[in-house]
Amino acid sequence: MVGGFLRCGSPVKVIDEIIKEKIGDLTLIANDTSLPDFDRGKLITNKLVKKAIVTHIGTNPETVRQMNAGEIEVELTPMGTLVEKIRAAGAGIGGFLTPTGVGTIVENGKQTMEVDGKKYIFEKPLSAEVAIIYATKADKLGNAFLEGTTRNFNTVMATAAKTVILEPEEIVDEPLDPTQIIIPGIFVDYIAC
Amino acid sequence: MELTKEQCREIIARRIAKELKDGDVISLGIGLPTEVANYIPKDLQVYFQSENGMIGGGERDFEAPGNAHITNAGGIPVKIRPGAVFFDTLTSFAIIRGGHVNTTVLGALQVDSHGNLANWMIPGAFVPGMGGAMDLTVGAKKVIIAMEHTTNKGEPRIVQDCTLPLTAAHEVDMIVTERCVIDVVPEGLLLKEINPNFTLEEVLESTGARLIIPKNLVA
Repeated sequence: MVGGFLRCGSPVKVIDEIIKEKIGDLTLIANDTSLPDFDRGKLITNKLVKKAIVTHIGTNPETVRQMNAGEIEVELTPMGTLVEKIRAAGAGIGGFLTPTGVGTIVENGKQTMEVDGKKYIFEKPLSAEVAIIYATKADKLGNAFLEGTTRNFNTVMATAAKTVILEPEEIVDEPLDPTQIIIPGIFVDYIAC
Repeated sequence: MELTKEQCREIIARRIAKELKDGDVISLGIGLPTEVANYIPKDLQVYFQSENGMIGGGERDFEAPGNAHITNAGGIPVKIRPGAVFFDTLTSFAIIRGGHVNTTVLGALQVDSHGNLANWMIPGAFVPGMGGAMDLTVGAKKVIIAMEHTTNKGEPRIVQDCTLPLTAAHEVDMIVTERCVIDVVPEGLLLKEINPNFTLEEVLESTGARLIIPKNLVA
């Protein structure tokens, strides 16, 4: 899984390293496949992704092309459902019921349940081998601050992978002010710099 | 009467702006819905929710290069208004799906007589993904559709039953086009207002669903 919402809050250097090392056959879990020449989009352009579990591919014509050519499998998921699936995995929850997608093709092949007269879809947790996430600033314990709208999926992905790699724009020697910390360092396995 | 695309969009955006109330949390879809923000009265305090993780995003930040850490849902750097707040996607969709958005304004490919919305794919032709649209449609207290009354080919977008894959079932509350305003009610589609530039016949001819026409309809 890779953090970022379009180009905002994306771990760009680790992605470039993956491309340099040609690590392929990947399943990409992310909000979107960005643009062809940026961050997650480059993973698509370099044909390193065999399956993408994302909410949106409209900004990357190369993803659309590969999907239509049968070169990549794309599993489109509603944004609120994707983030909650990742949260469920990270928070030790065995799934959840959501009204999102009821009566649409998202419901196909899934269990549904009525609670107090309202219909819900049962969605399972979603975890990953590796999460690559962004931070604006981090200390050496991996405690991280994320500015503005860069938080997006980064916070929740920090909880839901076996190995979590944090890419901060800046690393500071002194521990961060605890009230500023958005991602607790205990979730982080490696800091990339 | 023939209106230009720009005139149509302005009519639609201005009319929807009148639906918003002081203190409302609003979420605007991309494209035409975004233009609603241009017509909100200055004395009205509304809060714009952006699915990527912000309430209180403002104008586009043209000061090069802008702050790449503060963007709208289109990934474009924006300025923030006083009182703005940032959050992650998890909180963003607690706000959206949890019923904390008063009104969402979304575009549509088709809307039907049951309040069903199709706006996320045309199989085989256009498959961008649903992003946050399914959650927004289900979670917002009021769903307003902003769209031109017909397609570029003149085909109705308001239909009896959607033929395109749905974004959400039975969730649309109101449809605003350049020709008319329609409320979705349990009995079907209630024609509420007609733009005086059009006749009732012109509205009916360009609509693919049965409309309930009240006796006191104001043209």
